[in-house]
Amino acid sequence: MTRFSFFALAALTLALPAGQAMAKPLRNGGKLLLTNGISSLEGAAGGGLTPWAVIAGNETDEGFGLSAHGTIVEVKDYDYQSAGVAIGIRDRLELSYTHQDFNTNEIGAALGLGKDYAFSQDIVGAKLRVAGDLVYDALPAIALGVQYKKNGQGDVVRALGARDDEGVDYYASVSRLFLSRSILLSATARLTKANQMGLLGFGGDKNGDYGVEFEGSAAWQLSRGLAIGGEFRSKPNNLGIAREDDWFDAFAALSLSRHLTATVAYADLGSIATVKGQRGVFLSLQAAF
Amino acid sequence: MSLILSLLLLQAAPHAMPGEATVDPYVASNANAGATPFTGDAMARAFHGQEGIGRVVDGMVTRAYADPVIGEIFTSHDKIRLKRTLVEQFCYILNAGCSYSGRDMASSHKDLGVQRKDMNRLVELLQQAMREEKIDFQAQNRFLSKLAPMHHDVVGQ
Repeated sequence: MTRFSFFALAALTLALPAGQAMAKPLRNGGKLLLTNGISSLEGAAGGGLTPWAVIAGNETDEGFGLSAHGTIVEVKDYDYQSAGVAIGIRDRLELSYTHQDFNTNEIGAALGLGKDYAFSQDIVGAKLRVAGDLVYDALPAIALGVQYKKNGQGDVVRALGARDDEGVDYYASVSRLFLSRSILLSATARLTKANQMGLLGFGGDKNGDYGVEFEGSAAWQLSRGLAIGGEFRSKPNNLGIAREDDWFDAFAALSLSRHLTATVAYADLGSIATVKGQRGVFLSLQAAF
Repeated sequence: MSLILSLLLLQAAPHAMPGEATVDPYVASNANAGATPFTGDAMARAFHGQEGIGRVVDGMVTRAYADPVIGEIFTSHDKIRLKRTLVEQFCYILNAGCSYSGRDMASSHKDLGVQRKDMNRLVELLQQAMREEKIDFQAQNRFLSKLAPMHHDVVGQ
Protein backbone atom coordinates (compact mmCIF):
# COMPACT_ATOMS: atom_id res chain seq x y z
CA MET A 1 0.00 0.00 0.00
CA THR A 2 2.60 2.50 1.12
CA ARG A 3 5.07 2.80 -1.71
CA PHE A 4 2.59 2.36 -4.51
CA SER A 5 0.03 4.85 -3.25
CA PHE A 6 2.70 7.46 -2.54
CA PHE A 7 4.10 7.42 -6.05
CA ALA A 8 0.62 7.32 -7.53
CA LEU A 9 -0.32 10.45 -5.58
CA ALA A 10 2.96 12.17 -6.43
CA ALA A 11 2.38 11.45 -10.11
CA LEU A 12 -1.16 12.76 -9.82
CA THR A 13 -0.10 16.00 -8.15
CA LEU A 14 2.60 16.51 -10.80
CA ALA A 15 0.09 16.11 -13.59
CA LEU A 16 -2.29 18.77 -12.24
CA PRO A 17 -0.23 21.95 -12.68
CA ALA A 18 1.58 20.76 -15.81
CA GLY A 19 -1.14 21.93 -18.17
CA GLN A 20 -1.48 25.50 -17.03
CA ALA A 21 0.19 28.57 -18.44
CA MET A 22 2.86 26.65 -20.30
CA ALA A 23 2.85 29.16 -23.15
CA LYS A 24 4.42 31.94 -21.07
CA PRO A 25 8.18 32.02 -20.51
CA LEU A 26 9.35 31.05 -17.02
CA ARG A 27 10.25 33.81 -14.57
CA ASN A 28 11.95 32.51 -11.44
CA GLY A 29 12.15 34.24 -8.06
CA GLY A 30 9.86 36.98 -6.85
CA LYS A 31 8.17 35.57 -3.75
CA LEU A 32 7.71 38.00 -0.85
CA LEU A 33 10.40 37.72 1.81
CA LEU A 34 9.87 34.95 4.43
CA THR A 35 6.62 33.79 2.77
CA ASN A 36 8.28 30.53 1.70
CA GLY A 37 8.64 29.64 5.39
CA ILE A 38 11.59 27.59 6.57
CA SER A 39 12.26 23.86 6.17
CA SER A 40 10.49 21.75 8.77
CA LEU A 41 12.22 18.72 10.32
CA GLU A 42 10.69 16.41 7.70
CA GLY A 43 11.62 18.70 4.79
CA ALA A 44 8.30 20.36 3.95
CA ALA A 45 8.30 24.17 3.77
CA GLY A 46 6.67 25.62 6.88
CA GLY A 47 7.68 26.20 10.43
CA GLY A 48 10.33 24.15 12.20
CA LEU A 49 8.09 21.39 13.54
CA THR A 50 5.20 21.42 11.11
CA PRO A 51 4.41 22.09 7.44
CA TRP A 52 2.62 25.22 6.27
CA ALA A 53 0.43 25.49 3.18
CA VAL A 54 3.24 27.32 1.37
CA ILE A 55 5.50 25.98 -1.37
CA ALA A 56 9.30 25.79 -1.05
CA GLY A 57 11.53 28.16 -3.04
CA ASN A 58 11.28 31.80 -4.04
CA GLU A 59 9.24 31.29 -7.19
CA THR A 60 5.81 32.68 -7.96
CA ASP A 61 3.23 31.02 -10.20
CA GLU A 62 5.42 31.88 -13.20
CA GLY A 63 8.53 29.93 -12.23
CA PHE A 64 10.48 27.22 -10.46
CA GLY A 65 12.14 27.52 -7.08
CA LEU A 66 14.69 25.62 -5.05
CA SER A 67 15.60 25.36 -1.40
CA ALA A 68 18.20 23.52 0.65
CA HIS A 69 18.51 23.32 4.40
CA GLY A 70 20.54 22.00 7.27
CA THR A 71 19.11 21.64 10.78
CA ILE A 72 20.59 20.59 14.10
CA VAL A 73 18.70 19.96 17.32
CA GLU A 74 20.63 19.57 20.57
CA VAL A 75 18.40 18.37 23.41
CA LYS A 76 19.45 17.14 26.84
CA ASP A 77 20.51 13.60 25.91
CA TYR A 78 20.40 13.47 22.11
CA ASP A 79 21.80 15.09 18.98
CA TYR A 80 19.80 15.38 15.78
CA GLN A 81 20.84 16.56 12.33
CA SER A 82 18.94 16.72 9.09
CA ALA A 83 19.63 18.05 5.64
CA GLY A 84 17.45 18.22 2.59
CA VAL A 85 16.45 19.82 -0.66
CA ALA A 86 13.11 20.84 -2.11
CA ILE A 87 11.89 22.15 -5.42
CA GLY A 88 8.85 24.36 -5.87
CA ILE A 89 6.97 24.28 -9.14
CA ARG A 90 4.94 27.39 -9.97
CA ASP A 91 4.27 28.03 -6.27
CA ARG A 92 1.86 25.11 -6.57
CA LEU A 93 3.70 21.81 -6.09
CA GLU A 94 6.58 21.04 -3.76
CA LEU A 95 8.80 17.95 -3.91
CA SER A 96 11.29 17.37 -1.12
CA TYR A 97 13.93 14.93 0.09
CA THR A 98 15.39 14.96 3.60
CA HIS A 99 17.83 12.73 5.46
CA GLN A 100 17.65 12.64 9.27
CA ASP A 101 20.21 11.36 11.78
CA PHE A 102 19.37 10.91 15.44
CA ASN A 103 22.28 10.10 17.76
CA THR A 104 21.46 8.48 21.11
CA ASN A 105 24.84 9.33 22.71
CA GLU A 106 25.07 7.79 26.23
CA ILE A 107 21.44 6.63 26.14
CA GLY A 108 22.35 4.18 23.38
CA ALA A 109 24.47 2.23 25.85
CA ALA A 110 21.68 2.26 28.45
CA LEU A 111 19.25 0.88 25.85
CA GLY A 112 21.71 -1.90 24.97
CA LEU A 113 22.27 -0.46 21.48
CA GLY A 114 25.76 0.80 22.17
CA LYS A 115 27.04 4.30 22.93
CA ASP A 116 26.44 6.78 20.11
CA TYR A 117 24.01 4.43 18.37
CA ALA A 118 22.29 6.48 15.66
CA PHE A 119 18.93 6.10 14.00
CA SER A 120 18.49 7.48 10.50
CA GLN A 121 15.62 8.06 8.14
CA ASP A 122 15.00 9.18 4.57
CA ILE A 123 11.87 11.17 3.75
CA VAL A 124 10.46 11.96 0.33
CA GLY A 125 7.65 14.49 0.43
CA ALA A 126 5.15 16.04 -1.94
CA LYS A 127 2.83 18.93 -1.19
CA LEU A 128 0.18 20.49 -3.42
CA ARG A 129 -1.35 23.89 -2.70
CA VAL A 130 -4.92 23.16 -3.74
CA ALA A 131 -6.54 26.55 -3.08
CA GLY A 132 -6.13 30.03 -1.68
CA ASP A 133 -3.07 32.10 -0.97
CA LEU A 134 -0.99 32.96 2.11
CA VAL A 135 -1.23 36.71 1.53
CA TYR A 136 -3.44 37.88 -1.34
CA ASP A 137 -6.63 35.85 -1.65
CA ALA A 138 -9.72 36.00 0.53
CA LEU A 139 -9.19 32.26 1.00
CA PRO A 140 -6.19 31.17 3.12
CA ALA A 141 -3.62 28.87 1.53
CA ILE A 142 -4.76 25.24 1.70
CA ALA A 143 -2.41 22.37 0.91
CA LEU A 144 -2.40 18.58 0.94
CA GLY A 145 0.80 16.63 1.47
CA VAL A 146 2.32 13.17 1.72
CA GLN A 147 5.59 12.05 3.26
CA TYR A 148 7.05 8.64 2.53
CA LYS A 149 9.47 7.71 5.30
CA LYS A 150 11.99 4.86 5.32
CA ASN A 151 13.80 4.12 8.56
CA GLY A 152 17.39 2.88 8.23
CA GLN A 153 17.37 0.59 11.29
CA GLY A 154 14.49 -1.81 10.60
CA ASP A 155 15.66 -4.63 12.88
CA VAL A 156 16.25 -2.33 15.84
CA VAL A 157 12.96 -0.41 15.58
CA ARG A 158 11.10 -3.72 15.36
CA ALA A 159 12.95 -4.93 18.45
CA LEU A 160 11.75 -1.76 20.20
CA GLY A 161 8.18 -2.75 19.35
CA ALA A 162 7.52 -0.92 16.09
CA ARG A 163 5.50 -2.81 13.50
CA ASP A 164 7.21 -1.44 10.42
CA ASP A 165 10.32 0.40 9.24
CA GLU A 166 8.51 2.45 6.61
CA GLY A 167 5.35 4.49 6.51
CA VAL A 168 3.44 7.26 4.83
CA ASP A 169 2.08 10.38 6.54
CA TYR A 170 -0.81 12.29 4.97
CA TYR A 171 -1.51 15.86 5.99
CA ALA A 172 -3.66 18.90 5.25
CA SER A 173 -2.51 22.42 6.13
CA VAL A 174 -4.25 25.79 6.22
CA SER A 175 -2.06 28.91 6.51
CA ARG A 176 -2.74 32.63 6.49
CA LEU A 177 -0.67 35.78 6.93
CA PHE A 178 -2.95 38.41 8.47
CA LEU A 179 -1.14 41.52 7.19
CA SER A 180 -3.32 43.91 9.18
CA ARG A 181 -1.91 42.34 12.37
CA SER A 182 1.45 41.07 10.96
CA ILE A 183 0.48 37.63 12.25
CA LEU A 184 0.75 34.28 10.52
CA LEU A 185 -1.37 31.37 11.69
CA SER A 186 -1.10 27.84 10.38
CA ALA A 187 -2.81 24.60 11.31
CA THR A 188 -2.13 21.07 10.12
CA ALA A 189 -3.92 17.76 10.61
CA ARG A 190 -1.76 14.69 10.03
CA LEU A 191 -2.60 11.02 9.58
CA THR A 192 0.42 9.06 10.80
CA LYS A 193 1.69 5.86 12.37
CA ALA A 194 5.19 7.26 12.90
CA ASN A 195 6.98 7.02 16.25
CA GLN A 196 9.13 10.15 16.80
CA MET A 197 8.55 11.15 13.13
CA GLY A 198 9.50 7.58 12.12
CA LEU A 199 13.00 7.57 13.65
CA LEU A 200 11.66 4.85 16.00
CA GLY A 201 9.65 3.12 13.28
CA PHE A 202 5.94 2.97 12.56
CA GLY A 203 3.11 1.60 14.67
CA GLY A 204 3.76 -0.33 17.84
CA ASP A 205 2.60 -2.78 20.46
CA LYS A 206 0.10 -0.25 21.87
CA ASN A 207 -1.34 0.83 18.53
CA GLY A 208 -0.72 -0.12 14.93
CA ASP A 209 -3.30 2.04 13.15
CA TYR A 210 -3.29 5.51 11.70
CA GLY A 211 -4.15 8.27 14.14
CA VAL A 212 -4.95 11.94 13.57
CA GLU A 213 -2.48 14.43 15.04
CA PHE A 214 -2.78 18.24 15.15
CA GLU A 215 -0.03 20.76 14.59
CA GLY A 216 0.03 24.53 14.64
CA SER A 217 2.25 27.59 14.25
CA ALA A 218 1.74 31.21 15.22
CA ALA A 219 4.25 33.84 14.13
CA TRP A 220 4.47 37.59 14.57
CA GLN A 221 6.47 39.58 12.03
CA LEU A 222 8.42 42.24 13.95
CA SER A 223 10.21 43.74 10.97
CA ARG A 224 10.59 42.98 7.29
CA GLY A 225 13.17 40.27 7.96
CA LEU A 226 12.35 39.02 11.47
CA ALA A 227 9.53 36.86 12.78
CA ILE A 228 9.09 35.26 16.18
CA GLY A 229 6.56 32.66 17.22
CA GLY A 230 5.66 29.34 18.72
CA GLU A 231 4.64 25.91 17.54
CA PHE A 232 2.81 22.85 18.77
CA ARG A 233 2.71 19.31 17.45
CA SER A 234 0.70 16.49 18.96
CA LYS A 235 2.22 13.03 18.69
CA PRO A 236 1.04 9.43 18.66
CA ASN A 237 2.02 7.11 21.50
CA ASN A 238 2.38 3.67 19.97
CA LEU A 239 5.38 2.12 21.74
CA GLY A 240 4.95 0.50 25.15
CA ILE A 241 8.58 0.96 26.20
CA ALA A 242 9.07 4.53 24.98
CA ARG A 243 6.39 7.08 25.83
CA GLU A 244 6.07 9.90 23.30
CA ASP A 245 5.04 13.46 24.21
CA ASP A 246 3.64 16.43 22.30
CA TRP A 247 6.20 18.92 20.98
CA PHE A 248 6.48 22.66 21.57
CA ASP A 249 8.89 25.33 20.45
CA ALA A 250 9.45 29.08 20.54
CA PHE A 251 11.38 30.41 17.55
CA ALA A 252 12.91 33.43 15.88
CA ALA A 253 13.42 33.39 12.10
CA LEU A 254 15.71 35.95 10.54
CA SER A 255 16.10 36.68 6.86
CA LEU A 256 19.87 37.18 6.46
CA SER A 257 19.48 38.02 2.78
CA ARG A 258 16.97 37.41 0.02
CA HIS A 259 18.23 33.82 -0.17
CA LEU A 260 19.22 32.91 3.39
CA THR A 261 17.00 32.38 6.42
CA ALA A 262 18.37 31.44 9.84
CA THR A 263 16.09 30.06 12.55
CA VAL A 264 16.83 29.51 16.20
CA ALA A 265 14.31 27.89 18.54
CA TYR A 266 13.97 26.56 22.04
CA ALA A 267 12.25 23.18 21.73
CA ASP A 268 10.56 20.98 24.31
CA LEU A 269 10.34 17.50 22.81
CA GLY A 270 9.25 15.72 26.00
CA SER A 271 10.12 12.07 26.42
CA ILE A 272 12.17 10.44 23.65
CA ALA A 273 13.30 6.80 23.56
CA THR A 274 12.62 6.22 27.28
CA VAL A 275 14.25 9.43 28.57
CA LYS A 276 12.00 12.34 29.52
CA GLY A 277 12.64 16.07 29.64
CA GLN A 278 14.27 16.46 26.23
CA ARG A 279 14.57 20.22 25.88
CA GLY A 280 17.13 22.16 23.93
CA VAL A 281 18.07 24.26 20.97
CA PHE A 282 16.95 24.01 17.35
CA LEU A 283 19.12 25.72 14.73
CA SER A 284 18.36 25.76 11.04
CA LEU A 285 19.76 27.48 7.99
CA GLN A 286 17.88 27.59 4.70
CA ALA A 287 18.98 28.78 1.29
CA ALA A 288 16.19 29.44 -1.20
CA PHE A 289 16.16 30.56 -4.82
CA MET B 1 -27.89 58.37 -19.61
CA SER B 2 -28.92 61.63 -17.97
CA LEU B 3 -27.87 60.12 -14.64
CA ILE B 4 -24.36 59.53 -15.95
CA LEU B 5 -24.25 63.05 -17.39
CA SER B 6 -25.32 64.61 -14.13
CA LEU B 7 -22.78 62.48 -12.29
CA LEU B 8 -20.09 63.70 -14.68
CA LEU B 9 -21.12 67.27 -14.00
CA LEU B 10 -21.19 66.71 -10.26
CA GLN B 11 -17.74 65.15 -10.22
CA ALA B 12 -15.74 68.24 -10.98
CA ALA B 13 -12.34 66.48 -10.75
CA PRO B 14 -10.70 66.59 -14.18
CA HIS B 15 -9.60 63.37 -15.87
CA ALA B 16 -6.19 64.81 -16.50
CA MET B 17 -4.56 67.81 -14.86
CA PRO B 18 -2.44 70.33 -16.80
CA GLY B 19 0.88 68.73 -17.67
CA GLU B 20 -0.62 65.23 -17.79
CA ALA B 21 -1.38 63.07 -20.81
CA THR B 22 -5.06 62.79 -21.71
CA VAL B 23 -7.06 59.74 -20.67
CA ASP B 24 -10.40 58.38 -21.86
CA PRO B 25 -13.27 59.91 -19.88
CA TYR B 26 -14.49 58.06 -16.80
CA VAL B 27 -16.62 58.79 -13.75
CA ALA B 28 -14.41 59.78 -10.84
CA SER B 29 -15.36 58.21 -7.52
CA ASN B 30 -13.67 57.29 -4.26
CA ALA B 31 -14.95 53.76 -4.92
CA ASN B 32 -12.32 53.58 -7.69
CA ALA B 33 -9.61 53.58 -4.99
CA GLY B 34 -10.32 49.88 -4.49
CA ALA B 35 -10.33 49.88 -0.68
CA THR B 36 -12.32 51.35 2.17
CA PRO B 37 -10.39 53.98 4.10
CA PHE B 38 -9.13 53.54 7.66
CA THR B 39 -11.15 55.28 10.35
CA GLY B 40 -9.56 57.75 12.74
CA ASP B 41 -6.29 59.56 12.14
CA ALA B 42 -3.80 56.98 13.51
CA MET B 43 -2.76 55.75 10.06
CA ALA B 44 -2.50 59.25 8.61
CA ARG B 45 -0.24 60.21 11.51
CA ALA B 46 1.80 56.99 11.12
CA PHE B 47 2.49 58.07 7.52
CA HIS B 48 3.38 61.63 8.56
CA GLY B 49 0.34 63.16 6.93
CA GLN B 50 -0.03 64.22 3.31
CA GLU B 51 3.63 65.30 3.13
CA GLY B 52 4.85 61.90 4.28
CA ILE B 53 2.49 60.14 1.85
CA GLY B 54 3.87 62.35 -0.92
CA ARG B 55 7.43 61.31 -0.07
CA VAL B 56 6.45 57.60 0.08
CA VAL B 57 4.78 57.75 -3.35
CA ASP B 58 7.70 59.69 -4.78
CA GLY B 59 10.16 57.14 -3.39
CA MET B 60 8.17 54.20 -4.72
CA VAL B 61 7.49 55.63 -8.18
CA THR B 62 11.08 56.78 -8.67
CA ARG B 63 12.30 53.30 -7.76
CA ALA B 64 9.66 51.63 -9.96
CA TYR B 65 10.66 53.54 -13.12
CA ALA B 66 14.33 52.67 -12.53
CA ASP B 67 13.72 49.05 -11.51
CA PRO B 68 15.26 46.28 -13.65
CA VAL B 69 12.30 43.95 -12.99
CA ILE B 70 9.27 46.21 -13.39
CA GLY B 71 10.71 49.41 -14.89
CA GLU B 72 9.56 48.61 -18.41
CA ILE B 73 5.93 48.31 -17.28
CA PHE B 74 6.10 51.94 -16.14
CA THR B 75 8.24 53.61 -18.83
CA SER B 76 5.37 54.29 -21.23
CA HIS B 77 3.24 55.73 -18.42
CA ASP B 78 2.63 59.35 -17.48
CA LYS B 79 4.73 59.62 -14.31
CA ILE B 80 3.21 62.96 -13.26
CA ARG B 81 -0.35 61.65 -13.39
CA LEU B 82 0.64 58.36 -11.75
CA LYS B 83 2.23 60.15 -8.81
CA ARG B 84 -0.76 62.46 -8.38
CA THR B 85 -3.36 59.68 -8.47
CA LEU B 86 -1.27 57.39 -6.22
CA VAL B 87 -0.91 60.16 -3.64
CA GLU B 88 -4.69 60.68 -3.79
CA GLN B 89 -5.34 56.93 -3.49
CA PHE B 90 -2.92 56.37 -0.58
CA CYS B 91 -4.10 59.57 1.13
CA TYR B 92 -7.78 58.56 0.73
CA ILE B 93 -7.19 55.00 2.07
CA LEU B 94 -5.06 56.29 4.97
CA ASN B 95 -7.85 58.77 5.80
CA ALA B 96 -5.47 61.69 5.49
CA GLY B 97 -7.98 64.07 3.93
CA CYS B 98 -8.08 63.42 0.15
CA SER B 99 -10.52 62.27 -2.49
CA TYR B 100 -9.47 59.85 -5.23
CA SER B 101 -10.01 61.11 -8.77
CA GLY B 102 -8.22 58.33 -10.67
CA ARG B 103 -9.54 55.30 -12.50
CA ASP B 104 -10.43 51.99 -10.86
CA MET B 105 -7.72 49.33 -10.51
CA ALA B 106 -9.02 47.04 -13.26
CA SER B 107 -9.13 49.84 -15.90
CA SER B 108 -5.84 51.42 -14.87
CA HIS B 109 -4.00 48.06 -15.10
CA LYS B 110 -5.74 46.78 -18.24
CA ASP B 111 -3.38 45.17 -20.77
CA LEU B 112 -0.28 45.92 -18.67
CA GLY B 113 0.44 42.18 -18.39
CA VAL B 114 1.33 42.48 -14.70
CA GLN B 115 2.37 39.14 -13.16
CA ARG B 116 2.57 38.09 -9.51
CA LYS B 117 6.34 38.64 -9.47
CA ASP B 118 5.79 42.25 -10.64
CA MET B 119 3.17 42.89 -7.96
CA ASN B 120 5.51 41.48 -5.28
CA ARG B 121 8.33 43.65 -6.61
CA LEU B 122 6.20 46.79 -6.36
CA VAL B 123 5.28 45.79 -2.78
CA GLU B 124 9.02 45.60 -2.00
CA LEU B 125 9.67 49.02 -3.53
CA LEU B 126 6.79 50.45 -1.51
CA GLN B 127 8.27 48.81 1.61
CA GLN B 128 11.64 50.44 0.81
CA ALA B 129 9.97 53.84 0.44
CA MET B 130 8.00 53.40 3.67
CA ARG B 131 11.18 52.31 5.47
CA GLU B 132 12.97 55.39 4.16
CA GLU B 133 10.12 57.51 5.58
CA LYS B 134 10.63 55.60 8.89
CA ILE B 135 7.04 54.42 9.06
CA ASP B 136 6.32 51.95 11.85
CA PHE B 137 6.48 48.38 10.49
CA GLN B 138 3.10 47.33 11.89
CA ALA B 139 1.50 50.39 10.23
CA GLN B 140 3.24 49.45 6.96
CA ASN B 141 1.61 46.01 7.05
CA ARG B 142 -1.77 47.45 8.03
CA PHE B 143 -1.61 49.63 4.92
CA LEU B 144 -0.47 46.70 2.75
CA SER B 145 -3.46 44.69 4.00
CA LYS B 146 -5.70 47.28 2.25
CA LEU B 147 -3.74 47.01 -1.00
CA ALA B 148 -3.32 43.20 -1.08
CA PRO B 149 -6.89 42.34 -2.23
CA MET B 150 -6.37 44.63 -5.27
CA HIS B 151 -4.14 41.97 -6.83
CA HIS B 152 -7.26 40.42 -8.39
CA ASP B 153 -7.67 43.56 -10.52
CA VAL B 154 -3.94 44.13 -11.10
CA VAL B 155 -2.38 40.73 -11.87
CA GLY B 156 -3.16 38.93 -15.13
CA GLN B 157 -5.15 41.78 -16.74
